[in-house]
Amino acid sequence: MTTLSATVATNTVPAAAGPDAGPDAGPHAAGREAVGVEMRNISKLFGGIRALDDVSFSVRPGEVHALLGENGAGKSTLMKVLAGAHQASTGEIRIGGQPVSIPSPHASRALGIGIIYQEMALAPELSVAENIFLGELPPLVSRRRLQERAAVLLRDLGFALDPAALVGSLPLAFQQAVEIAKAMSRQVRILILDEPTAVLAPPEVERLLNVVKTLSRRGVSVVYISHRLDEIFRIADQITVLKDGRTVGTYPVAGMDEHRLISLMVGREASQLFPKLSRTRGAELLRVEGLHAAGLVRDVSLSLHAGEVLGIAGLIGSGRTELARALFGAEPAEKGRILVEGRPVSIRTPRQGLAAGIGLVPEDRKGQGLVLAMPIRQNATLTTLKRFTNPFGVIRRAAERRAVDALARRTTIRARDLGLPVSSLSGGNQQKVVLAKWLDAGCRIVILDEPTRGVDVGARAEIYGLIEQLAANGLGVIVISSDLLEVIGASDRIVVMSGGRISGSLEREEFSEARIMQLALRSAAHVGAPQGGGAANAPEER
Amino acid sequence: MAVTQSIEQGSGGSGSRRLDLRNLAATWSTSAIFVVLVIAASLISPDFLGIRNIGNVLRQSAGTGIIAMGMLLVILTGGIDLSVGSVAALGSILCASLLSSMPLAAAVPLSLLAGGALGALAGYFVAVRRMPSFVVTLAVMTIARGSALIVSKGHPIFIGDNGAWLGDGFNRGSLLGIPLPVLLTLLVFAATAFVLRLTAYGRLVVAIGSNGEAVRLSGVRVMPRIFSVYVVSGMLSALAGIVITARTGVGSPVVGIGMELDVIAAVVIGGASLMGGRGTALNTLIGVLTLGVIGNIMNLLNVPGYHQEVVKGVIILVAVLLQSSFWPRRA
Repeated sequence: MTTLSATVATNTVPAAAGPDAGPDAGPHAAGREAVGVEMRNISKLFGGIRALDDVSFSVRPGEVHALLGENGAGKSTLMKVLAGAHQASTGEIRIGGQPVSIPSPHASRALGIGIIYQEMALAPELSVAENIFLGELPPLVSRRRLQERAAVLLRDLGFALDPAALVGSLPLAFQQAVEIAKAMSRQVRILILDEPTAVLAPPEVERLLNVVKTLSRRGVSVVYISHRLDEIFRIADQITVLKDGRTVGTYPVAGMDEHRLISLMVGREASQLFPKLSRTRGAELLRVEGLHAAGLVRDVSLSLHAGEVLGIAGLIGSGRTELARALFGAEPAEKGRILVEGRPVSIRTPRQGLAAGIGLVPEDRKGQGLVLAMPIRQNATLTTLKRFTNPFGVIRRAAERRAVDALARRTTIRARDLGLPVSSLSGGNQQKVVLAKWLDAGCRIVILDEPTRGVDVGARAEIYGLIEQLAANGLGVIVISSDLLEVIGASDRIVVMSGGRISGSLEREEFSEARIMQLALRSAAHVGAPQGGGAANAPEER
Repeated sequence: MAVTQSIEQGSGGSGSRRLDLRNLAATWSTSAIFVVLVIAASLISPDFLGIRNIGNVLRQSAGTGIIAMGMLLVILTGGIDLSVGSVAALGSILCASLLSSMPLAAAVPLSLLAGGALGALAGYFVAVRRMPSFVVTLAVMTIARGSALIVSKGHPIFIGDNGAWLGDGFNRGSLLGIPLPVLLTLLVFAATAFVLRLTAYGRLVVAIGSNGEAVRLSGVRVMPRIFSVYVVSGMLSALAGIVITARTGVGSPVVGIGMELDVIAAVVIGGASLMGGRGTALNTLIGVLTLGVIGNIMNLLNVPGYHQEVVKGVIILVAVLLQSSFWPRRA
């Protein structure tokens, strides 16, 4: 493979495509009329959870339709139904007025639907041309002809891309362009873009928006998912807002403003999920000064007191998780100071984080929080194993058993037998095990990243109760969440992040979903990006 | 409707019962295969169950058995050690040549140390430099083999007077009717089983192989544990080399060619996962014996050597297939 693409890269692209490249290389929808999509009363169940509840959504032929909502509102699920990756439990889909069924991604493609996910699915070791035609490579690949076809297609789309270049060597925006070209090579009539600009720098975003506009002028119907409202106001014709798996409504862009849009996205009633205990704010436990981390977090300063729950809000990719990982030492910080109880500490590994009294409940429970195949009991003592060993390293099982029994009672873990693999538990109970790991570990500060992702409502309330309990016992707790209701309900104070920086801090009386969303959506430019000097933005690696 | 139904089934009683069955199969399939094999062997050949023959099978399995315990530790962390056969050769040669100038009590520890040092070399590159264990131990494999050939100038070395006890006292000796080489293997097995079942170190080795990131994020240092399994594997390989030397009376640079594959096969027949995190000392021992019995039956039946290789390969495939078909499929 490598040799092949290497040879390809050395070939020069012919200045003009041969005449035979014309007919079957038709890159755009010319000759095929624009079609609309209607999704009526779509519901989708995952287990007991209703991800989509009677959603209706329609895109008129040739328009750019923005799909908006908080994380978890159901946008991606709805689009995956259209892409054939999920099947709707109930509901009807019509394309160009004809009812259709989309049982597979293949069927979706055959209907002229193309979807471009946030994570790109390109082969980095192959050339642009090979990637574009990857799904339909003839048995004998004529590189030259392939490159000619690609050149025509790319020129037509207005991409200044060398068809012979290796995809892995291109900047992200160009890779995104290859994805689009790949979709368009199949004469896509309906193009779905799922947060295409999340990984792009501003000039690249500009280029992408122009491409989208061009496509829609040519009669391609576009569904555009993004959190960046400014983009939506620039390119969309219509906006549909989803919330908690339901349609809030569809609105023309004309006459819509940012404030109204945000309130449509978040407006929700608070519930009784959050028990409150009486607790007092004590001395300062944690102080962070000018922290830089993971090429994303920039100049973050904050403080956390004993008996306090600090919420950190922000969109996915705003640097919340990277901040948490740097504080705990999962990834060493690049710059900045961390002080625990007034003493500067060096935290470069999780072990040092634990020694400094910090515990982390990571966002990826199964990948980072638990050893799934191991018993519940052994997972719970992973942080404190030394305490249960004799001088020869032999585990004192009875002592361990007693300690875990007590932990399980405190954290209300419901298990038939604590000797069973932790994978046998429900999501909520698994999360309690992760939390239990830190309870006896001598932590003064516990950081919870997305503590209730994939956790049912009942267990949720119990986890909130545990968070409250920890704070009441004098610990400092940091709760990171995409769920605004959760940050608001659980926290005493909220810090909002955007583009790796803290874009604002809110006291309890200032809490509102709209206010948080506003701060979260504040683009990096507003948050005091480096003035002049043009310090290069480090690429956001994910 | 259909969706809700299947979910209820999944979380209901039938699901957990199936899980138990799977666990049962996973725990016992290795032993079951072994028992069937032994019964078949005793039916095929009346000589099989003779004391002498059994003793031979056990003696011949001693080297593989000792190395397999080190290999098990490495495989539990999700790694592989291809250098074991060559390190055994180096242990064998080193011990034999050192015996010409020093007593047994010095030559044996020094040889073990050399094995440990080669293990440390591999461990350093795998654990600290994070290179793939396959590549690293492949390199160490040729380094060790080359060193053995250099030290011996390509010729076998007799163990001489200083090593007389190895050939007589150790190799021919027995305690309670158990030949000493076999006893040594059982000792190594018992120590491995003890470490894996009862110590914090053993638990962490398994946990690291199962999900190293979760262990690291629990504030546990992963690197030294990964490093250590290669050191243990190196030392046990050298020990096996010495045991083999005791049996033949000569240190040889061509000891253990292809042995790494036999050992890996034994560990895998024992139900360990090459992805790490799953495997026990007892099942590994049974895996070693299974391989030993297969070879023995074919010898008893006078199956020609070349054919033996083919049959062995087929039986390994079948044994692993039987195990894997019982295991739950990961979504």
